[in-house]
Parts: sequence; structure tokens; C-alpha cells
Amino acid sequence: MSASTDRRWLRDVIGIALIIAAGLAGYWLFPDNLALLTRVIAAALLVLSIDLITGYCGVATLGQASLFGAGAYAAGIACVNGITEPVTLILIGAVAGSVAGLLMGTIMLRAHGLAQLVLSIAIVQLFHEAANKASAYTGGSDGLAGLMVSPLFGMFAFDLWGRTAYLFGLALLVLVFIILKFVVSSPFGMLCRGIKQDPIRIRAMGSFVFPVLLKMFVISGAVAGMGGALAAISTQVVGLDSVSFELSANALVMLVLGGLGSLYGALVGTVIFMGFEHFVSAINPFHWMTMVGALLIAVVLAAPGGLSGLLDRFSASGHRAKRGKA
Amino acid sequence: MQTVLSIAIDAFAYGMALFIICIGLSLTMGLMRVVNLAHGAFAMIAGYIASYAARDLGLGYAVAIFLAIIGTVIISIPIERLLYRRIYGSPELTQVLMTIGITFCVIGITNYFFGPTLKTIPLPGSLSQPIDVGFKTIAAHRLFVMACGLVVAGGLWFLIEKTDFGIKLRATVDNAAMADALGVRTQVVYAISFAIAIGLAALGGVVGAEFLPIEPYYALRYMVTFLVVVSVGGAGSIPGAVVACLLLGAVDTTGRYLMPEFGNFFFYAAVIAIVCVFPRGFFGRAQ
Repeated sequence: MSASTDRRWLRDVIGIALIIAAGLAGYWLFPDNLALLTRVIAAALLVLSIDLITGYCGVATLGQASLFGAGAYAAGIACVNGITEPVTLILIGAVAGSVAGLLMGTIMLRAHGLAQLVLSIAIVQLFHEAANKASAYTGGSDGLAGLMVSPLFGMFAFDLWGRTAYLFGLALLVLVFIILKFVVSSPFGMLCRGIKQDPIRIRAMGSFVFPVLLKMFVISGAVAGMGGALAAISTQVVGLDSVSFELSANALVMLVLGGLGSLYGALVGTVIFMGFEHFVSAINPFHWMTMVGALLIAVVLAAPGGLSGLLDRFSASGHRAKRGKA
Repeated sequence: MQTVLSIAIDAFAYGMALFIICIGLSLTMGLMRVVNLAHGAFAMIAGYIASYAARDLGLGYAVAIFLAIIGTVIISIPIERLLYRRIYGSPELTQVLMTIGITFCVIGITNYFFGPTLKTIPLPGSLSQPIDVGFKTIAAHRLFVMACGLVVAGGLWFLIEKTDFGIKLRATVDNAAMADALGVRTQVVYAISFAIAIGLAALGGVVGAEFLPIEPYYALRYMVTFLVVVSVGGAGSIPGAVVACLLLGAVDTTGRYLMPEFGNFFFYAAVIAIVCVFPRGFFGRAQ
């Protein structure tokens, strides 16, 4: 028992070291594309937040961008109104995201299955229309521009090349990732996974399902909100596309590509998806759509666990061969 | 009074156009338990075929509709055999992802062949002129759409409730394994109902092109609308689909007439309210 716990610890430490190494490698290898890499980090936070509720709780959502957008707009509005400290802005984003998560969870958890999915879509569309309509605060379809963020810790200014923003984002991502690792392996995380597998049995065991899921929605909202705030800080603009159905759907695709129910999968999926998108959509956006479509079909047919599931299957095939078919 | 009447007529026609497209989706979702987000993609394919036949080849409107339906069903057969058959009975998320993937592919490929411009389907003279119905003149096309919707609703009801095929279909839905054991060829039943659903999508796509214009992102833009309508009505229920289409059509049209600056706000607000009160839709069956 303790040996396997030790091994898991070791694996997580190595995994996090790898994330930091990959992030720093990106910093040295692509100094001209740091803005793109920061966008990838913001998207990774969004995808992680979907993983929390879809991968760990089994609640499918196509409206996660509403939480991302809530964080982005909250940080943006705060910044325009004079709160320019970046860490404070991230916290504001997290709070706004978790409030939106609370709201979204309260509505979505009333329904099940397909109706739930439809509710999530309706919520993100409502957020989108609301952000569009409240143009006095959000800038409407022009977007909220002119965010002047003050230097990080009063020392590191957000430069034109996005170095500060990228390193700040990377640090934030690693911090969030470590916290989420603890969250998903805590008893609470285990309970969530139990609910995903069989909510009725969990209820019979005496746990309340709704508050547990709602709590995960709030955590997920905080993560997504931080992603939104990071995107707002680094690009200095908040657009309507940060609360769109398209962003939600793309983020879900990234997650599925990487592997549901695995935090590493969320990161891998995001990096691969956005990297491909950057290169292919520059050539022809319609080819990009065909490719994403084909990729999705291929993942569903060939690798239902995503890339990380595929990896697990390869590494576990040795064990499984000994034990027979599981 | 005139405004109210014209809103009502537009709303009814729009609701009927929605109904023709959505009832096919409702069938696949309610009867075959497949969340087919690519449904709109098939309506779009039909629109492109009809536009090509009527505008570029100069064929008649009726011929164009016929060709569009046949063409779309033919295109859908290999897709059903190769892709859909693997996701029958899969979890919803899997189905959603697979069908979003199909939608993306259809959008990309359609654009490769037809270009990114909006396609029109020219109406014949008899449908493009207004008709005097006593108290008001109505565009003949609106009347045509309403008539199509009513015929489709009646025809489907008859097919499912009154024919041999309908009995087999309902048996397959209730218990596929048992129906199979009793000699119902469930694979054939599934294939036929899928073809009917796609045919209806094609019909709706062509007939409703005045309301939902045929353009490259059609499949994605209205995907959500179709899905929402079906889940509000209750998957698999014809009366549910009728009520949902008319109600949401009315909400949408009224909102656009009276408060256009709010866009889709009222539509989605209504959806959230309805789904919260009726989690299975108006006439959805308990699971």
C-alpha cells in the first residue's frame, strides 16, 4: 500500500517537473510566440476545469466558456476601474468564476443527461448575449480594450514580447495543477469519481450527491475564471469570443483528445490541439475544420480514453497480459 | 393588430420549418438513442444539392427538393454504416463528440467544393408571390412551409402509430434484444428510420432555407437550436416536437420583431426555464 503511494508521489513529482521543463523549453525555443503560448496556458486552465466536472464527476458540459468568460470580464472590468495588480486580478477572476460556477451548477444539476448538456449550452449563450448587451461595462461586440496591468510584484512589467505574462501564466498553471492533484486524490475527489460511476450507490451509502457536485462546480469555476483572467491580463483585451459556445466546444475537444479524467491528459490535449490549430488554420480554416472533425472521429473510434488513455493502455498491457483480460 | 398577425404567421411558418428539420433528430434521439449533432449537417448538404440543382442546373423547385432528399439519403447511408453503427448505445458524450466531428468534416468538405458564399434556392413563381387569404395577404412560401409541416406531422404519426413498420419500430425501441428474438430485423428497422430522419432533415433544410439560409456554417450555427428544440419537446415525441417548435419559434420570432437588439436572449432564457421545469422535455418518456 505504502509502496504504491510512494510510487504515485514520485510519478506526480516527475510529471510536474516535466510540465515545468516543457514550459521553460517553450520559453527558450519560441521567444517570438510567447503570446500564443500564454493563450495555450489560459486554455489549459479552461480544459483542466472541464476535466474536473466532466472527467471526474461525469457531468458533460458544452458551456464551460461561461465560467472562463466570467473570470475574464471580471478581471477586465476591475482592471479598467483601477485595480491593476495582476495577482489580485487573477483572484478576482477566480472569485467571479466560482460564483458563475455556483450559478451554473445550481441550474445544470437539476437535469440529467441530454437536458443537462442542453442547459449548459443555453447558459453559455445567455452569458454571451448578456455580455453583448451590457456594452457599457463589457464593450459589447467591440470587446473590452485598454487593460493597463501594473508590473508584477511592482518589479516585472508586462512587456511587449509577453515574457512576464508567459512566466506568470506558467507559474499559475503549475500552482493550480499541484492544488488540483491534491483535490482529485482527496476523499472528496474519490467521492466525485464514485458519483461518476454510480450516483445511486453513492446516495445509498449516505452521501449527498448534489452538494458534492456543486462544490466541484465552484472549484472548476475558480480554475476556469483564473484562466479567463490570465487571458485578459496577457492579451489586454476581453472579447465576446471568451464566452462563446465555440470556445466551450473546442475546449471539450481538447480534453477528449488528451483523455478524460486525467489532469495530464488535459494539458497534453490542449498543447497538441492549439499547436495544430496554429499551423493548419493559418493555411486554410476549412481544412482545419475537416482535420479536427476527422481527429475527433478517430479518437472516438480508436482511442476512447484519449492520448493519455492510449499511453496507459500501452504501459498497462504488460500487467494485463499476466492477469488476463480485465 | 396587423403586427400581431404578421408575427403570428411568421412564427408559425418558422416553427413549422424548424419542426420538419427537428422531428428527424427527435426520432433518432428518442427512438435510436443517438444524439446526432450532425443532423443539421445533412440539412445543409440537402440545401447545397437543391441550390445546385435549381440555380446551376436550372431544374424545377419540386425536382430540386426530390433530388436533395434522395442525394442526402444516399450520402448518409455509408456514414450510417461506417460511423453511426459504432456509437449506438454508447454514452452521450461519445455520441456528441463523434457527431460534432462529422459536422466539422461536412463543413470543411462542403466548403472545399462549394466555396464560402451563401447559397440561395430560387423559388418558383407560384411560391414567391403573396396570396390573399381573406383577412391578410401571406407569402405563398410561408403557406407552403406550413402545409409541409402539417403533412409531415400527420404522416409520421400515421407511420409510427398505424402501420406494421411502426409496430416493429416501437418494439425495437422498447426492447431491441427481445424484438430481435421475435424476428424483427432490428438492423433494418434502424437503417430505415435513420434514412427517414435524414430525408426529413433534407426536406426541412430545403424548404426552410428562407428562414435558415444555407451557408458554410449552417450545420454549426443551427446545431444548438435543433438540439435545444428536441430536448425541450422531449426526444421521440411528435406532439412534443410540434409544441416545442411552435413555442420556441414564437418566442424567437417575437423577440426578433419587438426587441431585435437582444438577439437570442429570450430564446435561451425560455429554454432554461422550460428545461428546469420539465427536465425530460414536454412529452419526454421517463428513462
